[in-house]
Amino acid sequence: MAEGQPIIRIREVTKRFGQTVTAVDDVSLDIHEGEFFALLGPSGCGKTTLLRMIAGFETPSEGQILIDGQDMSKVAPNRRPINMVFQSYAVFPHMTVADNVGYGLKVTNVPKAEIRERAEEALELVKLGGLGGRKPDQLSGGQRQRVALARALVKRPKVLLLDEPLSALDAKLREAMQLELVRLQHAVGITFVIVTHDQNEALSMANRIAVMEHGKVRQLAPPSELYEFPNCRFVADFIGKMNLFEGRVAGISGEEVLVEVKGLGRFSLPGEGEASGEVGIAVRPEKVRLRREKPDEDMVAVRGKVSEVAYYGGSSFVYVTDDTGRTISVNLQNEARTAEPGVTIGDELWCAWKPRDSLLLST
Amino acid sequence: MSAGQGAGPAGGGKRIVLRRREAVGPLEYTRRWWMRLTVGATFLMLYAPIILLVVYSFNNSRRNIVWRGFTFKYYEKAWNNESLIEAFVNSLAIAVVNTAVATILGVLVAIALWRFRFPGKAAYEGFMMLPIVIPEICMGVAMMAFFARIGWPTGLPWPLTLSNIMIAHIAFSFPFVAVTVRGRLVGFNRELEDASKDLGASEWQTMRYIVLPYLRPGIIAGALIAFTLSLDDFVITFFTAGPNSVTLPVKIFSMVRFSVTPEVNAASTVLIVITVIATVLAMRFQSPSRRAGGEEG
Ligand SMILES: Nc1ncnc2c1ncn2[C@@H]1O[C@H](COP(=O)(O)OP(=O)(O)O)[C@@H](O)[C@H]1O
Ligand SMILES: [Mg+2]
Repeated sequence: MAEGQPIIRIREVTKRFGQTVTAVDDVSLDIHEGEFFALLGPSGCGKTTLLRMIAGFETPSEGQILIDGQDMSKVAPNRRPINMVFQSYAVFPHMTVADNVGYGLKVTNVPKAEIRERAEEALELVKLGGLGGRKPDQLSGGQRQRVALARALVKRPKVLLLDEPLSALDAKLREAMQLELVRLQHAVGITFVIVTHDQNEALSMANRIAVMEHGKVRQLAPPSELYEFPNCRFVADFIGKMNLFEGRVAGISGEEVLVEVKGLGRFSLPGEGEASGEVGIAVRPEKVRLRREKPDEDMVAVRGKVSEVAYYGGSSFVYVTDDTGRTISVNLQNEARTAEPGVTIGDELWCAWKPRDSLLLST
Repeated sequence: MSAGQGAGPAGGGKRIVLRRREAVGPLEYTRRWWMRLTVGATFLMLYAPIILLVVYSFNNSRRNIVWRGFTFKYYEKAWNNESLIEAFVNSLAIAVVNTAVATILGVLVAIALWRFRFPGKAAYEGFMMLPIVIPEICMGVAMMAFFARIGWPTGLPWPLTLSNIMIAHIAFSFPFVAVTVRGRLVGFNRELEDASKDLGASEWQTMRYIVLPYLRPGIIAGALIAFTLSLDDFVITFFTAGPNSVTLPVKIFSMVRFSVTPEVNAASTVLIVITVIATVLAMRFQSPSRRAGGEEG
């Protein structure tokens, strides 16, 4: 995917507001043509600011942004080959849907006949054909968002920026819209850069995700890599559910590190660590098995009492608390209609997983 | 259902009708007698003089103290009173020019205060709003002194004789336009502006196609307020008007000094009607329903 020059290149970009707020802190990343790229992070981590700098509404305090190889520092927002779907959708309330979609063409002097044709085409694309005559206040939230999408796409930008496009929709519609956006991106072949604080959204839609915290990019990777190989405690904790244990390096042999965790004993797993340094050991809830009897020696195991069971339909989360008060969450798939020996609160069980399914985190 | 009417199988069961008066809720002010009384008294105090004024403009009595029958005579008389009509034309001319200039100025001020950050902005904003709070009499004296001091030319041809009154009116009425427009700008979603530029529009196009259409109800309301203020202003006009530039309120005042004839009532009634119409229109343009319709999005 990384052939040719990146469509967006962000180089050591920092954005400060006043003296104290550093919204974006020394970010460098490349976004390639045709990618579905996600900026993911908790609220306030600087995602919107980064997006607005790409769109040209904010100027970087330091660093450089290149779009299609061109330095954007002197280029006004209305001259950039990109378009944005705003968080509030920003549909013009006094114009009809068709006028909204045609607006970007009208102000750049595209002939009237062509405007009508392209606007109609764009409305078809977002499945709003025939609604061109309506006013925005006659539309639902989801439809207004489609207007915002059509309005941006009609300009045929090189990159489409989307700021939290799904956050205002209800759960059902949000899921449908995730698929819809992916379909749309395939249909038009435009690079999408989406901002979200919802990890599920990012994981299900994007090819690559940049996870941000406090204005910095913590990890940039495809979804599966991010999920299975988070590179720090923050990413591990932010993406999906994770059991985190604090441990110590007890020895290093080649590619493997021998770690010691209180209550879990010693085991080795692949990774890097400093001799006798503090490390984090992480394991996903679905990698943990529940056993009535003591598991084999080659499994990492800890005994505890079931403190809570949360049923989610397709799966259940079982929370097991061990002697030291740590709670380990275990994800069980509800594969059969009736789960045979049901786990109930108060059961004494073993939690066990293969050492290789756990992850060594040094930061 | 007729079962309850006595023909039911239960046989002769008497229907108990409970029609207790519901208790007055804490927020049902209209159902409390003292509240109604207060409201009624307030309206009476406010409107009784005006209603009397209008009614007595139809009084067929020169001395206009007791009712002597209905007539349109004094409207006719007022219409034929050349100096009264001249004053009325003056008033309209001043109001129209004032409305045009004050509206443009007020909109520009409102946008400048909303759009830009500049040193001394707070002070500027305060000074802009000063004419709203300064006592009119002070404003009038100040205007008179000012025009006398700079030696504003007198004896100019017609519309120009009114120029100093126009300037005075513009000075005190444009802040009202600015306040009205500013109020509407508060609800403006700035992402609309960003979206417009993002779609390729220039600053000017954004102003023309997005901001101004959004502001239109506020601008119209502000213009109507400026019109009303100018049309019925007495104090400031009185101090700036020369012998050849008499406006309707000033003229009415001078007529009252001799005697309150129904002619005065008639002229005042016309002024009231124009003012009320303008005010009602202004309120309609500012109404919440129009606002909601304008900015939902
Ligand atoms: N115009 C601004 N002025 C001052 N601080 C701002 C401005 N915009 C954003 N910030 C601050 O920058 C940080 C990042 O904001 P933002 O990019 O909106 O975060 P996100 O979109 O990830 O929630 C926040 O702490 C926010 O308060
Ligand atoms: Mg944001």
